[in-house]
Amino acid sequence: MTDIGWRQSEIRVSLAEPGDYWRLLKPRVMSLVVFTAFVGMIVAPVHVDPVLGLVSLLAIAVGAGASGALNQWWDADIDAIMTRTRGRPIPAGRVTGEETLTYGLTLSAFSVMTLGLAANWLAAGLLAFTIFFYVVVYSMVLKRRTAQNIVIGGAAGALPPVVAWAAVTGSLDWAPIVLFALIFVWTPPHFWSLALLKSEDYARAGVPMLPVVAGESATRTQILAYSALLFPVGLMPWALGFAGVVHGVVAAVGGVVFVGLAAAVFVTRGGAAARKACGRLFGFSILHLFTLFAVLAGERLATAL
Amino acid sequence: MSPTLIRAEGGIRLTEAETRARASRNRAIALVLAGLVALFYVVTLAKLGLQPPFKG
Repeated sequence: MTDIGWRQSEIRVSLAEPGDYWRLLKPRVMSLVVFTAFVGMIVAPVHVDPVLGLVSLLAIAVGAGASGALNQWWDADIDAIMTRTRGRPIPAGRVTGEETLTYGLTLSAFSVMTLGLAANWLAAGLLAFTIFFYVVVYSMVLKRRTAQNIVIGGAAGALPPVVAWAAVTGSLDWAPIVLFALIFVWTPPHFWSLALLKSEDYARAGVPMLPVVAGESATRTQILAYSALLFPVGLMPWALGFAGVVHGVVAAVGGVVFVGLAAAVFVTRGGAAARKACGRLFGFSILHLFTLFAVLAGERLATAL
Repeated sequence: MSPTLIRAEGGIRLTEAETRARASRNRAIALVLAGLVALFYVVTLAKLGLQPPFKG
């Protein structure tokens, strides 16, 4: 026999299961994207073909998943350090970075192309921009360089309802821009309340989250400021007339509670009580955003029936 | 990933776990491809304003 010179360490066979590839898409983030995009779609004042609407939502979801995979390819080194992320497929050694890059790029191309064919190329272009913004602007440029990473990077998370609106109308309007603003302003207090709880993890990984570089006190002030700003932004759908009174009331009550919880985070310093205050704000922030979008969808569906 | 390949006289032999993982990945790829065919089929019908034949 001729020795063809393979060494055991040079040849690797993947043990990855389909579930590992599913986890690369960040399914929890993807579900939030589908939800906000769905609301952006049904708020649009046009008849939506159910098949094309569903396919557009699927394309937006896959695009979001692709950017999640590309983010994990780029951030594999810091994911391996942080306790929250060290079980992800790349740091866990189940999928290689190269495989993830190919997977993410392929899904990006397919999702953008599918949205372009099923809906229109304005929506496809916006989806491509969303993926680019999340992967290049947020992950590659901002995340490791500035404490404003999640403020600017939040634009990527805020774009899905805009993409969905464009998919069904072929144009843009104030309504999707207000939905964008809602998620954009909501993002900093949401992430910073979590960052206050996980600041040691971020510090160990060298990610300059606000509590790590500016300190906890400055972070608490910023959380309060953005929470106060979120109150009027939450009322804008009602003020601009594309949401009803129910939405206005929910936004007002939820906005007051949000500011109240942010004030509790601002006032309560140190110890278990402070951690609890952060946990409460983080939990409520998810409920608040979900409720605002769900009520918007509910009102629109109730009017349509 | 697993560096568990065995260089045997008959060629490369995968372990049972590797064979199982590869088979499950193959099934997933087949499902995705079939899904894409169905997806572009219904998108084409919808764009043309047609109904699938099984709906009459």
